[in-house]
Amino acid sequence: MSNQEFTFTSLTKKITMAIAGLFLIMFLLVHLGINLLILPITENHKEMFTAAAHFMGTNWIVKAFEVVLMAAILIHALLGVILQIQNWTARGQAYKVKSKSTTSFMSKYIIYTGVMIFLFLGLHFYHFYFIKLGLVQAPVVANIAFPQEEHFYELAVYIFTNQLLYSVLYIVAFISLGIHLNHAFQSAFQTLGLNHKKYTPTIKFIGKLYSIIIPLGYIIIPLYFMVMG
Amino acid sequence: MKITLKIWRQKNAKAKGKFVDYELNEVSTEMSFLEMLDALNEKLIISGGEPIAFEHDCREGICGCCSLYINGQPHGPEEKTTTCELHMRSFKDGSTITIEPFRAKAFPVMKDLIVDRNGFDKIMAAGGFVSIDAGSAQDSNSILIKKKNSDEAFNSATCIGCGACVAACKNASAMLFVSAKVSQFALLEQGKVEAKERVVAMVNKMDDLGFGNCTNTYACEAECPKGISVANIARMNREFLSAKLT
Ligand code: FES
Repeated sequence: MSNQEFTFTSLTKKITMAIAGLFLIMFLLVHLGINLLILPITENHKEMFTAAAHFMGTNWIVKAFEVVLMAAILIHALLGVILQIQNWTARGQAYKVKSKSTTSFMSKYIIYTGVMIFLFLGLHFYHFYFIKLGLVQAPVVANIAFPQEEHFYELAVYIFTNQLLYSVLYIVAFISLGIHLNHAFQSAFQTLGLNHKKYTPTIKFIGKLYSIIIPLGYIIIPLYFMVMG
Repeated sequence: MKITLKIWRQKNAKAKGKFVDYELNEVSTEMSFLEMLDALNEKLIISGGEPIAFEHDCREGICGCCSLYINGQPHGPEEKTTTCELHMRSFKDGSTITIEPFRAKAFPVMKDLIVDRNGFDKIMAAGGFVSIDAGSAQDSNSILIKKKNSDEAFNSATCIGCGACVAACKNASAMLFVSAKVSQFALLEQGKVEAKERVVAMVNKMDDLGFGNCTNTYACEAECPKGISVANIARMNREFLSAKLT
């Protein structure tokens, strides 16, 4: 009897990972849309941000999606690690001469950038998500305790203005995300079997664009506060 | 031309191998790579040494026997060229050429540069065939096949099963090979009947044998001597997904 009766096949793992990944890719856009409201792009940006944060924190559809999101993060990361370990052991003895094959350059770093993003997520949860859940005590800043998402605006501004290390880590994490997405975006489509002479070049182009624009969008926020104080 | 060779020597499957250096002074640029190795072997035999074991058969790029990882590339530096079709003119006078066996846990070294690629046969035996009765020769128009499909099936079938995809892949994944074989059947009417069982059986076997998982780096496509496209891998994924979902 094949052991696949008890474990998932390589393709099942890959396909599941791709679906979770694409969900996360879409989520990045939603999250960025809200985050950008931290910047003074309109007069009432702060109110808009707070309203959005409140909506995300209370709407039951969003709450249901939050479960899906957490599952997607965990499944994507877990499968990524399992596949990577199998891949590391599949070679056996290493070559003496390093490979000269032409490959997608960024793909070689996918596991490392993935780990960086995962570690950053831990920090990010500690700063925001766990506070929202009440698991972590919010810092007391300018005599305001931050009990929930209503105060995420102040919290974000405070962190980006005063905690240089966090801002730098934040920027490094999003550069990693860019490198990750550079390969991952088109890779997810290929894994789902969506490779087509006509459309694949467009998917690859959108993927490259997405992997630059989205991280850049996130990075602008701490940069703004680092420069403007 | 003069060349220095660094060749992996290993007595048998259990022995610990090592690289051994050889100098060749009178190599013609017209020689094929394997002829150059033949010349070296003759020299070794005359001097009472053990010739280097390497696989070859057709020496015209159709059997998939020849392998060799040459200077960091399966089948050497030329695109869409098998080792047996490679010529010494592709190398510079005075250069050092490192020759290693294809490396993968699923391709254990048997001796020197020969690896056991039986895994590919096992994958084929798991589902790479048509077992339905196709009957006697059909009228040419009784089964209509799109030109595009027959062309793609033909292209996929040009895979010679050499294993360069596994050797090149940083994950030692066999997915280009398996997908080419899945595709050559899935695209044609007779193959479609058993397509679902086939793809699942072949993927299961591939996993059982310990090949790695594709991470879409596409080194396989770049190194394939037959130019098999990674579009085949996408097709295999599609076939697998539809087999599992329906
Ligand atoms: S010896 Fe047959 S393909 Fe090279």
